[in-house]
Amino acid sequence: MIGGLFIYNHKGEVLISRVYRDDIGHRRNAVDAFRVNVIHARQQVRSPVTNIARTSFFHVKRSNIWLAAVTKQNVNAAMVFEFLYKMCDVMAAYFGKISEENIKNNFVLIYELLDEILDFGYPQNSETGALKTFITQQGIKSQHQTKEEQSQITSQVTGQIGWRREGIKYRRNELFLDVLESVNLLMSPQGQVLSAHVSGRVVMKSYLSGMPECKFGMNDKIVIEKQGKGTADETSKSGKQSIAIDDCTFHQCVRLSKFDSERSISFIPPDGEFELMRYRTTKDIILPFRVIPLVREVGRTKLEVKVVIKSNFKPSLLAQKIEVRIPTPLNTSGVQVICMKGKAKYKASENAIVWKIKRMAGMKESQISAEIELLPTNDKKKWARPPISMNFEVPFAPSGLKVRYLKVFEPKLNYSDHDVIKWVRYIGRSGIYETRC
Amino acid sequence: MPAVSKGDGMRGLAVFISDIRNCKSKEAEIKRINKELANIRSKFKGDKALDGYSKKKYVCKLLFIFLLGHDIDFGHMEAVNLLSSNRYTEKQIGYLFISVLVNSNSELIRLINNAIKNDLASRNPTFMGLALHCIANVGSREMAEAFAGEIPKILVAGDTMDSVKQSAALCLLRLYRTSPDLVPMGDWTSRVVHLLNDQHLGVVTAATSLITTLAQKNPEEFKTSVSLAVSRLSRIVTSASTDLQDYTYYFVPAPWLSVKLLRLLQCYPPPDPAVRGRLTECLETILNKAQEPPKSKKVQHSNAKNAVLFETISLIIHHDSEPNLLVRACNQLGQFLQHRETNLRYLALESMCTLASSEFSHEAVKTHIETVINALKTERDVSVRQRAVDLLYAMCDRSNAQQIVAEMLSYLETADYSIREEIVLKVAILAEKYAVDYTWYVDTILNLIRIAGDYVSEEVWYRVIQIVINRDDVQGYAAKTVFEALQAPACHENLVKVGGYILGEFGNLIAGDPRSSPLIQFHLLHSKFHLCSVPTRALLLSTYIKFVNLFPEVKTTIQDVLRSDSQLKNADVELQQRAVEYLRLSTVASTDILATVLEEMPPFPERQSSILAKLKKKKGPDTATGLEEAKRERSAAVNGGPEPAPASAASTPSPSADLLGLGAAPPAPAGPPPSSGGLLVDVFSDSPSAVAPLAPGSEDNFARFVCKNNGVLFENQLLQIGLKSEFRQNLGRMFIFYGNKTSTQFLNFTPTLICSDDLQMNLSLQTKPVDPTVDGGAQVQQVVNIECVSDFTEAPVLNIQFRYGGTFQNVSVKLPITLNKFFQPTEMASQDFFQRWKQLSNPQQEVQNIFKAKHPMDTEITKAKIIGFGSALLEEVDPNPANFVGAGIIHTKTTQIGCLLRLEPNLQAQPPSPRARVPRPRCCSWSDPVPCVLALSWTPQ
Repeated sequence: MIGGLFIYNHKGEVLISRVYRDDIGHRRNAVDAFRVNVIHARQQVRSPVTNIARTSFFHVKRSNIWLAAVTKQNVNAAMVFEFLYKMCDVMAAYFGKISEENIKNNFVLIYELLDEILDFGYPQNSETGALKTFITQQGIKSQHQTKEEQSQITSQVTGQIGWRREGIKYRRNELFLDVLESVNLLMSPQGQVLSAHVSGRVVMKSYLSGMPECKFGMNDKIVIEKQGKGTADETSKSGKQSIAIDDCTFHQCVRLSKFDSERSISFIPPDGEFELMRYRTTKDIILPFRVIPLVREVGRTKLEVKVVIKSNFKPSLLAQKIEVRIPTPLNTSGVQVICMKGKAKYKASENAIVWKIKRMAGMKESQISAEIELLPTNDKKKWARPPISMNFEVPFAPSGLKVRYLKVFEPKLNYSDHDVIKWVRYIGRSGIYETRC
Repeated sequence: MPAVSKGDGMRGLAVFISDIRNCKSKEAEIKRINKELANIRSKFKGDKALDGYSKKKYVCKLLFIFLLGHDIDFGHMEAVNLLSSNRYTEKQIGYLFISVLVNSNSELIRLINNAIKNDLASRNPTFMGLALHCIANVGSREMAEAFAGEIPKILVAGDTMDSVKQSAALCLLRLYRTSPDLVPMGDWTSRVVHLLNDQHLGVVTAATSLITTLAQKNPEEFKTSVSLAVSRLSRIVTSASTDLQDYTYYFVPAPWLSVKLLRLLQCYPPPDPAVRGRLTECLETILNKAQEPPKSKKVQHSNAKNAVLFETISLIIHHDSEPNLLVRACNQLGQFLQHRETNLRYLALESMCTLASSEFSHEAVKTHIETVINALKTERDVSVRQRAVDLLYAMCDRSNAQQIVAEMLSYLETADYSIREEIVLKVAILAEKYAVDYTWYVDTILNLIRIAGDYVSEEVWYRVIQIVINRDDVQGYAAKTVFEALQAPACHENLVKVGGYILGEFGNLIAGDPRSSPLIQFHLLHSKFHLCSVPTRALLLSTYIKFVNLFPEVKTTIQDVLRSDSQLKNADVELQQRAVEYLRLSTVASTDILATVLEEMPPFPERQSSILAKLKKKKGPDTATGLEEAKRERSAAVNGGPEPAPASAASTPSPSADLLGLGAAPPAPAGPPPSSGGLLVDVFSDSPSAVAPLAPGSEDNFARFVCKNNGVLFENQLLQIGLKSEFRQNLGRMFIFYGNKTSTQFLNFTPTLICSDDLQMNLSLQTKPVDPTVDGGAQVQQVVNIECVSDFTEAPVLNIQFRYGGTFQNVSVKLPITLNKFFQPTEMASQDFFQRWKQLSNPQQEVQNIFKAKHPMDTEITKAKIIGFGSALLEEVDPNPANFVGAGIIHTKTTQIGCLLRLEPNLQAQPPSPRARVPRPRCCSWSDPVPCVLALSWTPQ
């Protein structure tokens, strides 16, 4: 039960303010309290939940924009944050990037959306597809809409399958499946993995006619083992390739009862793009890169750094957008860099050497060496040596997830699973990928 | 400071600052700063020499970054390099950086000091100024160590420029404030005083600030400044407003300097007659000028004028010697009481509070009573009302006590909650202090409880009971009044407590009246019983058992009450225990035993009113009395002698209690004029202790103990020190009791006796160490064996150090071991006495001291005092019956000293008002120190 919702710019000026309940007191007070205690706080506020005068503020920050939900009650914080994220998604779907400019230009739309997706503080239908049918950017559409269409919207929004309307027709039945993963790592200088996990999402874009029933299958360990009971030889063949999923969440369209009983993922997809599931794995992760650092202090005024990166995947695959960030001490007065591949530069404003490589194939190795000159200081504090971090993008799933099938059944219309054109893509990105030095 | 103007503009700096101001977020700002720092680091790398300009620019940037709150750990060296530059702007930035960022333990300090030394030695006034400012801004101990010797030389050198002198004076002041021990006193002090004669008023102003501070610590060395200050002041006061040009501020000639000079004069007692005449003239002129119509309507004009005026008035109050001026000051303040400006009204009330305590102006202050009462009623500002209450309290005496107490009581009903408790305490004190008629006192306090029961603290109602019990004449009245007050349907719990106690003690006095028969009394009290808290109920149970003794006819009723389940099985242990024990007592004990056990309470021993202590505790040092005390301490420090606190005058209403009652009984709000007896007492000001300043108030106690051997020497919130001592011939033994008044343990409790070298030779003290922990509420005892080897003047200092709740406490008190303790009386006939008296006519053998008595001479009390002092009182020896004569022998290990003394009260010299009588003691001996002791013991009389 959200009492109110405010959107601030980076200066703490209120761009959008919508109050749903009177219990948060005078609007001004709440607005100011958050600005003073969080946005303009002397110390950076790191907690996303702040309690001021028995009022809770939940905030998320998107670039320079603060979204804050306010409540006096003991609400489910996870629900509030889910709503705020959803709200960001909806806004992004309507007008692209969330920036001060965009919010100012679309403030009527935002109020309209807020009226729709939050009613007396209770979150309502926030499915972009459904919303777009009746909240449009082209002004009021009712003149052009027929009575029939309007009633259709009503039945859809209030009906059982709120995320999909009936009577959608495509000449080409097509669907796109993206497996997006981000891999996080912390490694010791000796190459020991201290912590690693992958958080992934399966995003689907569907252009299918009618009300199709879909079934999604992947190399989940439990499913494979269940099936493997019948045919033992298959288990041995595919057992190695199955993965253990630690936890996962689904889009509302997935029938959870079926997942619970049969562990099969079946659903009627919304039209257009949506996130089918989110998951996390911690075992048997393929680490696409290995970073080997070598730091040597030469006297008080010089530091020699050598970093080797090794790509660790099939040679036929190409990693992209590789960036290695080597932190430099705070008293750096000059840097000389030599690298075999890509470009490297000392960025003073970030206190780091940034080494960028556009492309790199698997099973390759590359090296950078740098000489850092230091200014002697009267501060006796030793340099803390922050870890070397890395960014990259690889065309496979580091968790090892594989899409085994995606079947489409539409009994009413006459197209079968074979007529649907399906595309699958894997993208693995770096999350926080760090190696201590 | 010439700002960084466009002319020598550092564009890079301006760009950098505007970049930072334009940053949209904290992150962007940090990025920009990191970039700049990297840039500066690469520039400072030392590969190539930087020119002064860029060095200055980068140091400026670092300074800016530091002021934004980021750490700077380099660039100090470059800043120090800037110090040796010859260009003003570079040097200035260098000094700026050093004074903001210098780290006292940095290894650069030597270089910095060197640079400063060079600049001080240069004859360039701007550079000297910069260096002096830097020293003052840093003001650290290291700086003081390095330069405290040098600056005085600059200050008094003949060829120093005026502006440099100004800076040097203020710099020295700063160093003196941070580390007074490092600033050496020397021959320069006398020359500093002569700066008061300087042509340049700026120099004079700076010098006055310096001298004022120095004179507070070393009054002797700067004594000559008084006459110079007076002449300077008179020149300013008499000058026309155009004479001083730059130093005339909105038609007021040099207001800051005047205020400072007046402050300086407040460090000293009134000067000798020649100077005094001139000073009085000045002060009169200032008072006259205040009467003139304002020359400007601007608020700055009146502010400056009033500032001088208020300082003048506080000087007049400080001197407290010119009745005429005091009365004029009082009238002037009286005008301000109705001024439009709230601040003026506040200040006027505040100053009047101090005026009220002067004997000359007390009457004058009293004429304004109506205005003050009016202010209390109509004033909008609560702080002003608070001052009005303080003033009423201060101006109260026997003549107007009834009126003032009545006004305060009526104000109490509407007073702010924050000051109610304080007013309650004040009313309670005034009512007690000035009560002629104790029925009035009882009425007042009961009224007080009725009006503001919640704010009446325990001390107040304890006090009522103490007084009622100690005074037979009011007991009946009190019982009657309380009985009547209790009949109100709703009465405050405090009233029930007082009622319960008084009826329990004196209910029999009104039992004869059928309207207040024992049973009615009991039912009245018991009707309140269930509404009260547990402590009150416990008190009421005690009252009931007292009733059993007083009125046997209600015994069964009370036993029934005690027997009831609600008492016998009460959940509260205390109540249950009392009920069970009282019930048993009433059934088992015979009437005789009951009468003995439940006898009327004995009178309470007289001691300082606990209410007063509470009021003192409650008032912070910011309030008027606090100021008064602070001022007194200050003047005491200057005069080198103690002055008895007028506050102690309020202690006991009974003059018969003991000797200290004499020192305390009558209202004597005025301290003696600071000059009287000051020098004689000087001997004592050189206290040998460098450990801790003597605890405030201990001097008072010390004086009391001259004539007395047992009692409480020192008391504060934590600790009480009691003494018990006995002396025989040249030997003595003193028991010191340390009582822990808190509930927490004292740790590392170490009392030490400190004697100066002289004293150690003449007085031998032996003690045993005490247990280092003192439990909460416990008392430990320490025995001191004393032997007087030879005569002595000083007293040993008892220094107590302990740890209380984590904080370290340090208390020093003078231990009252004085020479007269070893005094043994000798009887002598009249002839003998005068024969010896005449033999000792040699001036070295005689000491005479004339002082004012602060209260009427009472023959009996004075006699008691002389006996308490140790000598024999020889009656019918002196031909003049008004004189007192005493004789005795002082025993020391080495010798015995005979000693004669004579007290001649001078009744004729002044009109026979009790305040103005002048007694004159005359004593003599073969040894110098004795009279000093005598003088000390007499002065506080």
